[in-house]
Amino acid sequence: MIVAKQKPLSELTAMLDGYRNVLAVGCGTCVTVCFAGGVKEVGILASALRMARRLDGEPMSVAETTVQRQCEAEYIAPLAEGLDEFDAVLSLGCGVGVQTLAERFPGKRVLPALDTAFMGLPTEQGVWEERCQGCGHCVLDITGGICPVSRCAKQLMNGPCGGSQGGMCEVDTDTPCAWQLIWERLAGQGLADRLLEIQPPRDWSTSRDGGPRRIVRDDLRLPPAEDV
Amino acid sequence: MTATETPFEPRIVAFCCRHCAYAAADLAGTSRLAYPPALKIVELPCTGRVDVLELLRTFEDGVDGLLVAGCLPGRCHYLAGNLHARQRVDYARRWLEDIGLEGERLRMINLSAAMGAQFAELATEMAETIKDLGPSPLGTRQTAGQGLSIGSTPLPGEAVHDHGDGR
Ligand code: SF4
Ligand code: SF4
Repeated sequence: MIVAKQKPLSELTAMLDGYRNVLAVGCGTCVTVCFAGGVKEVGILASALRMARRLDGEPMSVAETTVQRQCEAEYIAPLAEGLDEFDAVLSLGCGVGVQTLAERFPGKRVLPALDTAFMGLPTEQGVWEERCQGCGHCVLDITGGICPVSRCAKQLMNGPCGGSQGGMCEVDTDTPCAWQLIWERLAGQGLADRLLEIQPPRDWSTSRDGGPRRIVRDDLRLPPAEDV
Repeated sequence: MTATETPFEPRIVAFCCRHCAYAAADLAGTSRLAYPPALKIVELPCTGRVDVLELLRTFEDGVDGLLVAGCLPGRCHYLAGNLHARQRVDYARRWLEDIGLEGERLRMINLSAAMGAQFAELATEMAETIKDLGPSPLGTRQTAGQGLSIGSTPLPGEAVHDHGDGR
């Protein structure tokens, strides 16, 4: 899932300076399960913003709503009705949700309430960790299901650096060394010898360096209008 | 103070667990122990039911102070409800301070059902703290005869609804 966290209230009050009637829009999917932008978090943030602005002597009305999925046009379409009365939309979706709203309602100020952090999972209640960087060429088959791109600080592909100590990473001693985990996993499966195969330098062109990435599935596209 | 001004009587809400603090408040009452008259008690099945959203909305509704009263540590009927409540109260206090309200307006206390005298004492202490802080700047002082309404705010999950300042 996409993991995000709320921006500090002071940053949001500065961002909303001058606005008097705001619609806070949550998302019922990823950011609900990481407790950053679901129905309840929308309620808490909206209440906090209303109180903060009343105390500043600049009262602001904050209406609340949450859509099931903010990153698809169909789910946000119903917001069009009644949107005119608001002078800004505060999105509690991830960055994709914010941009989907901004694209769908280009005349409206759409502002982000969250900092989108990473793709990850909850490791215990209240703790989330990164697991995937969307590098565009998955290597989890080689590395025993443990991602060295997101979990090794140096994104090494052929075993640990010299700083791996006692199972922990030298960059952050609270973080397990990804390569220690990979070794243990494959050794446990009797496959440690597979790590002797040298991985060539990675082709990062599938990753972030070439601007926004795009996937096209011709089988799913709508047939050209003239053929219909 | 002019002769026409009435003294500030803090409006305090106490979210009380039915297994301990609610019974302790009852005991304080039947033992004829005085506690602040403007204290409104809300009975909960467990303080683990308390949520940050309700704590904030209660302040938004204008209370001067809020007590969350649960069982003694280790004595929760649901094992850890009172511990969850303490974490949420701490979290909500940080929100209050970010908003610009004093964190002391929100407090968690722990009691057993037999501690009627302590309930009266802690409630009085809370009222004193709030008297020192003064009325909540979010409260609209109500005229005599009007109760404090809690829970007037719609619950989350309902369609778009407005909580502008015009309530
Ligand atoms: S907008 Fe889409 S990707 Fe973002 S949190 Fe919501 S469901 Fe997940
Ligand atoms: S210690 Fe392990 S996880 Fe950390 S940078 Fe080196 S190989 Fe990567």
